[in-house]
Amino acid sequence: MDVEILSRIQFAFTIAFHYIYPPLSIGLGVLLVIMEGIYLKTGNKLYERMTKFWVKIFALTFAMGVASGIVMEFEFGTNWATYSRFVGDVFGSALAAEGIFAFFLESGFLAVLVFGWNKVSPKMHFFSTIMVSFGSILSAVWIVVANSWQQTPAGYHIVGEGINARAEITDFWEMVFNPSSMERLAHTLSGAWLAGAFLVLSVGAYYLLRNKHIEFAKSSFKIALGLALFASLFQLFTGHKSAVGISETQPAKLAAFEAHYDSSSAGDLYLFGWVNDQKQEVNFGIKIPGMLSYLIYGDSKKPVTGLNAFKPEDRPPVNIVFQSYHIMVAIGFGLIALSVVGILLLWRGKLFDKRWLMWIFVISVLGPQIANQLGWISAEVGRQPWIVYNLLRTSEGLSKVVTANQVMFSLILFTLIYALLFVLFLYLLNEKIKHGPEEADKIPSEYEHHKAALERN
Amino acid sequence: MEFQFDLNTIWFILIGVLLTGYAILDGFDLGVGALHLFVKEDTDRRIMINSIGPVWDGNEVWLVTGGGALFAAFPHVYATVFSGFYIAVILLLFGLIFRAIAIEFRSKQPMKWWRQMWDVAFSVSSILIALLMGIALGNIITGIPIDAEKEFAGTFSTLLNPYTVLVGVTTVALFMMHGSIYVVMKTEGELQKKVRGWVNNAIIFFVICYVTTTMYTLIYYPNMVQHFKEVPWLFIIAVLNMLAIANIPREIFNGRDFRAFLSSCASIIALLALFAVGLFPNIVLSNPNPEFSLTIYNAASSQKTLNIMLIVAIIGIPFVLAYTISIYWIFRGKVKIDSMSY
Repeated sequence: MDVEILSRIQFAFTIAFHYIYPPLSIGLGVLLVIMEGIYLKTGNKLYERMTKFWVKIFALTFAMGVASGIVMEFEFGTNWATYSRFVGDVFGSALAAEGIFAFFLESGFLAVLVFGWNKVSPKMHFFSTIMVSFGSILSAVWIVVANSWQQTPAGYHIVGEGINARAEITDFWEMVFNPSSMERLAHTLSGAWLAGAFLVLSVGAYYLLRNKHIEFAKSSFKIALGLALFASLFQLFTGHKSAVGISETQPAKLAAFEAHYDSSSAGDLYLFGWVNDQKQEVNFGIKIPGMLSYLIYGDSKKPVTGLNAFKPEDRPPVNIVFQSYHIMVAIGFGLIALSVVGILLLWRGKLFDKRWLMWIFVISVLGPQIANQLGWISAEVGRQPWIVYNLLRTSEGLSKVVTANQVMFSLILFTLIYALLFVLFLYLLNEKIKHGPEEADKIPSEYEHHKAALERN
Repeated sequence: MEFQFDLNTIWFILIGVLLTGYAILDGFDLGVGALHLFVKEDTDRRIMINSIGPVWDGNEVWLVTGGGALFAAFPHVYATVFSGFYIAVILLLFGLIFRAIAIEFRSKQPMKWWRQMWDVAFSVSSILIALLMGIALGNIITGIPIDAEKEFAGTFSTLLNPYTVLVGVTTVALFMMHGSIYVVMKTEGELQKKVRGWVNNAIIFFVICYVTTTMYTLIYYPNMVQHFKEVPWLFIIAVLNMLAIANIPREIFNGRDFRAFLSSCASIIALLALFAVGLFPNIVLSNPNPEFSLTIYNAASSQKTLNIMLIVAIIGIPFVLAYTISIYWIFRGKVKIDSMSY
């Protein structure tokens, strides 16, 4: 295998592994704010136990995110040096802003969130929880802005020619608010909220099935179910907005989503299918004729730009994009259905008696995880063959001095170490879930918080 | 070389500040890691890890942000160095991953083998990180082969020679000294007494390395002292550095641990300042073709971007300092193990 394919595999692998954790942190962060907020408002100790339990899970996912995230900060330079030279002026700025505005905020207040229970007042602790959650969202803002600039470059000009060409910022805010950044940010964030919400739902359902920590599980479940309903519907809305945006900004990607080849015909919407790229047709598929055109333009007859409008070397690999996109959408609708059914049954007071539904909730934790990964595959593979859309090809972005053997070496090491980390992560997560929340009397009361704080001063 | 206080110079200084912040902060927690295995008792080891528990993650952010700032301000340096030092960077990343995971996982299980395994991982990775960073620093001083296309033209073995390894070992020694003082500050009782005894040994180890490195540099890499000849008052930095180092045993002897720690911080600042003055205006020296060196001008982003990033930094830095100071204030005092500890 050559350097290009190895570097592509390594980047895809390391970023996919990394992306297991930040969505959990972002999603759990929002839930922690709600849980601790309720605790402060009502003084109900149940919510304090709840917050403390989920903080421990949060700390674990956060540590995994940090460990795998450091790799990402340097991997552009190690494997994609030519790309780094080309985009440093623009992309590097967003990355540096993420460090200064988000990472310091998160990591600083995380210390108080995890270790500061007896060191600060309950209000200060709550403030720290909000700041950690806010920091994780800010981090998403800057990294999605940077990635969106690669999808829909704006606010830049190209300076120099040939190998010395590079993008330079002309308008910072135009770069930040490039045509796709806000929709993609909203879509990414709601995906993250789903990841957090369904983890809590899954653990809650598991406790209920096992008849353990009943009160704790039910209350956690209700909070997470609310977020799940909101986020899954918001996800549909932002996904639709993104697709409409893509029809203008990245028509090749949209065409690949639905394997639409002919630019002179209306776009169909497939429920599923298998793309035969050579014959330019979809096999074993069921489609709604004209639905794509209707969703994009509100007119089922209007033609949609097809893949044939692009030279073969400028098209993304169609079937991968088609499959990942369709499975993502299917999971998205599944999560909406699950959330709606859950809310309706909760309203009728029957939710927690339905054991079959609880089992579905237990495994539902995988839904947002798979959909988040597939969403990124749709977005990133759909952008190919470009690393920066229409400006720089992925094959041109490689490090010139790195050899295939070196990348093979690092790829093998990453594979071994990430496999080990993943097993350890699951093991410890499982241990914490089995251990469950602390019993009520083991947790110091709010009064003791204050007392401890007073004694210190 | 005409000195101009322009945006490029400001960014050279700012990245220097970020990396100095990193060296001071992660320096002590890498040092704690390097000393970790010398402590035998399980509770004492937990105290060691928890002394850096709430802060190590934030300390590492200085490195991550330094990397991001380098990418934004001097993309050619980011690209050339990280692709050129590929194997070394990958090893560094593995060190950082293992260290993070070792801290997080170590005390989560009571089994002896489990804890021993993570203790070794924590200590070895801490030493490896410090060593690799020192070796990288050494290579910046000796210069590395860079071609006209700004690409690294050597191999992994180019990076390893007696001088760069010496700088690596010196860095480990520096962090051990820095870390031992930190542990003295954060502990009490028997453990503190034991570590207090180590501080002087660590200082001696560091001073021997430091003097050897300095002689080696003066003899073989006189380019590093050119600016000191041109602007003699800069020698004050070297004097301050020696005074700061000499002050550490005095403060430790008198039991003023915090002041010893400040002295140690001051010596790190002075060391990196010496390094930066020697290097300026190059960031990566090309050896043997100095005309291909990456400087603050030919490796930089556009003036517009440097300006935008400066605004970002001016807005961000007060917040960063506020968080950092508050966290250290909240977690001041001796380490106590509780249910939320590592």
